[in-house]
Amino acid sequence: MSRKNALDLHIPAPNARPGDKPDFSGWTFPEPGDTPRPDIDVSPSELRDYAYGLIRVLDMEGNALGAWAPHLDAETLRRGLKYMILTRAFDDRMYRAQRQGKTSFYMQSFGEEAISVAQSMVLSPEDMCFPSYRQQGLLIARDYPIVEMMNQIYSNKRDPMRGRQLPVMYSSKKDGFFTISGNLATQVPQAVGWAMASAYSGDVRIAATWLGDGSTAEGDFHAAMTFAAVYRAPVIINVVNNQYAISSFQGIAGGENTTFAARGVGYGMAPLRVDGNDFLAVYAVTQWAAERARANLGPTLIEHFTYRGGPHSTSDDPSRYRPADEGRSWPLGDPLERLKQHLISIGEWSDEQHRAAQEAAVEQVREAGREAEKEGVLGTEGAHPAQSMFEDVYKEMPWHLQEQRKQLEV
Amino acid sequence: MATMTMIQALNSALDTMMARDSRVLTFGEDVGYFGGVFKVTEHLQQKYGPKRCFDAPINECGIAGTAIGMAVYGLRPVIEIQFADYMYPAYDQLVSEAARIRYRSANDFTVPMTVRMPYGGGIYGGQTHSQSPEALFTHVAGLKTVIPATPYDAKGLLISAIEDDDPVIFLEPKRVYNGPFDGRRDRPVIPWSKHPASEVPEGYYKIPLGKANIVREGAEMTILAYGTMVHVALAATEDSGIDAEVIDLRTLLPVDIETIKASVAKTGRCVILHEATRTSGYGAELAALVQEHCFYHLEAPIERVTGFDTPYPHALEWEYFPTPPRIIKAMRRAMEA
Repeated sequence: MSRKNALDLHIPAPNARPGDKPDFSGWTFPEPGDTPRPDIDVSPSELRDYAYGLIRVLDMEGNALGAWAPHLDAETLRRGLKYMILTRAFDDRMYRAQRQGKTSFYMQSFGEEAISVAQSMVLSPEDMCFPSYRQQGLLIARDYPIVEMMNQIYSNKRDPMRGRQLPVMYSSKKDGFFTISGNLATQVPQAVGWAMASAYSGDVRIAATWLGDGSTAEGDFHAAMTFAAVYRAPVIINVVNNQYAISSFQGIAGGENTTFAARGVGYGMAPLRVDGNDFLAVYAVTQWAAERARANLGPTLIEHFTYRGGPHSTSDDPSRYRPADEGRSWPLGDPLERLKQHLISIGEWSDEQHRAAQEAAVEQVREAGREAEKEGVLGTEGAHPAQSMFEDVYKEMPWHLQEQRKQLEV
Repeated sequence: MATMTMIQALNSALDTMMARDSRVLTFGEDVGYFGGVFKVTEHLQQKYGPKRCFDAPINECGIAGTAIGMAVYGLRPVIEIQFADYMYPAYDQLVSEAARIRYRSANDFTVPMTVRMPYGGGIYGGQTHSQSPEALFTHVAGLKTVIPATPYDAKGLLISAIEDDDPVIFLEPKRVYNGPFDGRRDRPVIPWSKHPASEVPEGYYKIPLGKANIVREGAEMTILAYGTMVHVALAATEDSGIDAEVIDLRTLLPVDIETIKASVAKTGRCVILHEATRTSGYGAELAALVQEHCFYHLEAPIERVTGFDTPYPHALEWEYFPTPPRIIKAMRRAMEA
């Protein structure tokens, strides 16, 4: 056979690497306010365009436009902004704490704060969240004590996870926050199952889950999509497309020729794609999806289009694989600045108030940090008795674990 | 009392628990309307409705993952993996998730789920319908692994598994679903109705997890077995003329070490049987336990009779299967040592 038409393997590559000018030229976004808001009982088949568009409410001057504008009162908006400010201050402090050797590892949510904060505020505290590792804003916006989060990060003697989990792998059943796994996307079918159980039980609570653009390539995501669609589970599946899975740009996960929201089209699931840096748009689409789930109309897949402002984790150096100023030139801006701008433009906020709120958050985090560090940081001798490692493997400790525990007593 | 096959006994266990507890539901591939390819869930959908017994997409990861979510919610799901050989897509959910959720959340979230899987060979199922993956579960901290050998045990153990607050892997020896196959291929299979352990009470009863059963008392050696191999062990004992004590472990993890210790201390010899591949098989763990706990009572090396370290060969399954002649050879080696 002739080699004239030899096949060629395509390996996706991003538009820009370190040293290049950030390049967003391939992307076009609808104007804020342009996307109509369908009724919640719309058939998923009518939402095809939503999977390829982008729901935007805030323009870059801070005006809220169009049918998706959630018309929140100023107090709610200020609360959202303050939670975002607190999340960022918390991340900043914990990132530095890792650098100071107080813990082994940390993951910031810099640039993605609007997503978890707005969604946490929309969901009822009784709804169950199955997060990935970058949704600390969920807990913060549920008023979970940040000192408890620090205790977990430091694995100190008040760590609710008793020193067993990697930092940021929080768990709090009473706050509707499921224990985080380091195995990616495993939480997605679990969220669907939880939602199915709620529906089975005639409950009113719904489930929500989060995963990254990269993790959508995992089989678990597709298993979850199938089950959610088949059983019309009352669940919101959130894909946080922050453009990067550690160093791999979202094209490697399958985002080059389509969107992640478009995955919903094939499953017959309502797909929405939203500007994840637009607090009001995230708030509005989450309200829509939650109402739909509560009305037994089934699941929604939401792609949050955003940008991971920081490294993947403290073990990562993004300057080695992406342009240094890519985040600063992100065409959809910074979620905190945009909500701040909106509040100022409606006369409900000022630069002075913003500065004061930032200072208050920094002080709140500093105070919590002092309190947490009094209980020790990672490596503090005696934070957890060694025998405790054998507890909670099973409800009752079987003989072989009792025997192994005794081996520690020499 | 009714006489039941193992399939009917398992069905009765599910029926009993679904009637007692609305948190119990069951699903899996072909489990709903059709009642399962082995008929373990037959009539349950008709009796309890499609929400409590339903068909699942062909996706073991999804079956296990959604069941975990249901258990976390507070239900007691019982899932069927159609063949244990199909379990691998669910393995991450079982090992990294179900097994560890109590631990990693410091007792905040728990997973009271039961994972039923037909396992083992002897039905001409080839490599993808014959495997015995029990060691892949006993190796995992946080899981319990149970294997019944009789209808009576199957029902009592399944009820215990459903009521257990930890995830339980429940492996069902499909070769003995319809009769206590003893490995003698030249004789007709005796139906369960001729076996005393097919007398199964209608209602609720439990057999505790972690407790073995001495199915034949003996003085000369101890045979450790589970599932189908319990019946093969009895046949080998009969054919050999050796007075062996046959122990049906019933629960592999946590294993009943006290019963094993007492028996080997008495007999001084130990032969371990399983159908699974040999290397790093559950027999290796049993051999190590017997050595650690009974070394000074042992009068002969511990013997293992197992499947070979090959995939399960379709046309050669009777050469692969540990039949009485192979077992008897090992028993004689132990006696002559």
